[in-house]
Amino acid sequence: MAIFLTENSKVIVQGMTGSEGMKHTQRMLDSGTQIVGGVNPRKAGTSVEFNGGASVPVFGSVAEAMAATGADVSVLFVPPAFTKAAAIEAVDAGIGLAVVITEGVPVHDTAEFRAYAEAKGTTRIIGPNCPGLISPGKSNAGIIPADITKAGRVGLVSKSGTLTYQMMYELRDFGFSSCIGIGGDPIIGTTHIDALQAFQDDPETDAIVMIGEIGGDAEERAAAYIAEHITKPVVGYVAGFTAPEGKTMGHAGAIVSGSSGTAAAKQEALEAVGVKVGKTPSEAAQLMREILQG
Amino acid sequence: MEYQAKELFAKHGVPVNIGTVITETAAAAAAAEEQGGRVVVKAQVKIGGRGKAGGVKLATDPADAVAKAEEILGMDIKGHTVHRVLIAPAADIADEYYFSFLVDRANRNYLCIASIEGGVEIEVTAVENPDAVAKVAIDPQVGVDDAKAAEIVAATRFPAEVAEQAKDVIKKLWDVFVKEDATLVEVNPLVKLADGTLEALDGKVSLDENADFRHPDHEDFVLIEDADPLELAAKEKGLNYVKLDGEVGIIGNGAGLVMSTLDVVAYAGEKHGGVKPANFLDIGGGASAEVMANGLHIIIGDEQVKSVFVNVFGGITACDAVAHGIVGALEKLGDEATKPLVVRLDGNNVVEGRRILNEANHPLVTLVDTMDGAADKAAELANA
Repeated sequence: MAIFLTENSKVIVQGMTGSEGMKHTQRMLDSGTQIVGGVNPRKAGTSVEFNGGASVPVFGSVAEAMAATGADVSVLFVPPAFTKAAAIEAVDAGIGLAVVITEGVPVHDTAEFRAYAEAKGTTRIIGPNCPGLISPGKSNAGIIPADITKAGRVGLVSKSGTLTYQMMYELRDFGFSSCIGIGGDPIIGTTHIDALQAFQDDPETDAIVMIGEIGGDAEERAAAYIAEHITKPVVGYVAGFTAPEGKTMGHAGAIVSGSSGTAAAKQEALEAVGVKVGKTPSEAAQLMREILQG
Repeated sequence: MEYQAKELFAKHGVPVNIGTVITETAAAAAAAEEQGGRVVVKAQVKIGGRGKAGGVKLATDPADAVAKAEEILGMDIKGHTVHRVLIAPAADIADEYYFSFLVDRANRNYLCIASIEGGVEIEVTAVENPDAVAKVAIDPQVGVDDAKAAEIVAATRFPAEVAEQAKDVIKKLWDVFVKEDATLVEVNPLVKLADGTLEALDGKVSLDENADFRHPDHEDFVLIEDADPLELAAKEKGLNYVKLDGEVGIIGNGAGLVMSTLDVVAYAGEKHGGVKPANFLDIGGGASAEVMANGLHIIIGDEQVKSVFVNVFGGITACDAVAHGIVGALEKLGDEATKPLVVRLDGNNVVEGRRILNEANHPLVTLVDTMDGAADKAAELANA
């Protein structure tokens, strides 16, 4: 079944005709995603030919693309200055899932379009500043490399792109139901908790890996949620134990402020509710391996 | 810094008395004269707790201001050298309040935190007297209108005689928060002066760098002399670099993986004389020879660095391209490359990537298969 994204998902790409959009649309097509359209008002009515024979029509708006193709997922490769407008357009069109890949979106813009999506209640936002999500063997919406793992029964949710890839690769012999990069910004559309609940409800997921990093208290809140609602085994990993206070470590949201947001506090909160936390990504993978092998 | 926050306050009409910023002791007398003689001399550093550290002093007259500026300029406050002091008129304070707007990550909206007990750290008030701290959530779609300002005033229990003024100040601070794309606007203290008017006596504003594209003027707030020279050089090359205090230089791709690499190196260092990671450096997805060379150049420029750990996971960029990048970078650097490099490559096309590195057989490069093993090797070399 996988979560949020299945073999039946019909995906459009906002910003498909830009260089990043073109590159990753090709990669998504190569990994079997049903790409049914692109959106660019200036190129509406044309179509783009991709290697492998796919000809993808370009529409003037998300609403037009949805009406013509029945699309239910949009992936956004739109520059930061235009991301808010593009996300609001997707929400207005009522698309079920909008995956915002763009890095560098002002937090005020994200706060606004996220609140807008919540008020409308029809669109799940993933991101921004995320690699998207993949249900291996089924569909791939974003920039996650498809050929480093296989389909299986582990669910993965992570704030970080490359740590997602690292974990997918470490556990490639077991495979994944879905892997979701939720993004490293201070405000994001889909949280650890949302993904944990979806994996809990997914009959094709047996166990969950959760990757966090310094900043905010999302991991602590996820820990409290796990204690109450998650019965499947969860293994955790937290990055940033050596990060100094007050310095942003790559991701806009990855910052220890005073004594809050530290990796140690997150690890402690997760372990307190019975989540096994690896000291390194490989150790976390090993802990999951032990659980899966019984 | 305080004076920069006050400039932004003034820009949006928040009542404030900026004072005069000086960088030389000699300028203190004239500045104090200009500000009315009796002044406060305040260290301008990007860290809290200046008062406790002795960085804020009252001066009774211009001569005294020179003496106080002499004491404060050049002092070290929690690792920050004081390059500037602010000479501000000594305010006649009747009451002190606390006020802030911030991005509330947990609730994914904005939050106003305010208290009629100002002048102390809000974290302290929140623990010792939680009832005195008002927290009001703000919907990003609505913002702070008259009704919300009134709600904040009521929740904070601002005294009646300042309530109307407070509403006005709150709306102006909201302008600072939204129009400047701030993630934090804090006034502490917001004071009631003896004449009954409100003034932002001290403040802090954190700006969202992601929004710099619509605020070209924000560039002026970056103070070259306060920045780490290596961090500045990295920024010029478009590299995401943070200087740390350690011996193992780190290069990786992706913020999460690099953070994780620092941790793994620190653990490994425990077995090798306590060596630590020297920096955070994320070269992103590409890992071309040029980017890799730029990264290595910055890291080698750090005299503390004794070994370098290049940790790349080939996802979007396959390992063979990364391997070519490393080989090309070492060629570009030539004699400049003097420190041992431990490389861990994994992911797409890893066999080919390792073959390229093995074939190049560069004397400085050691290839290790796993991240944990490579961290151990890099720590060992840094401790040699």
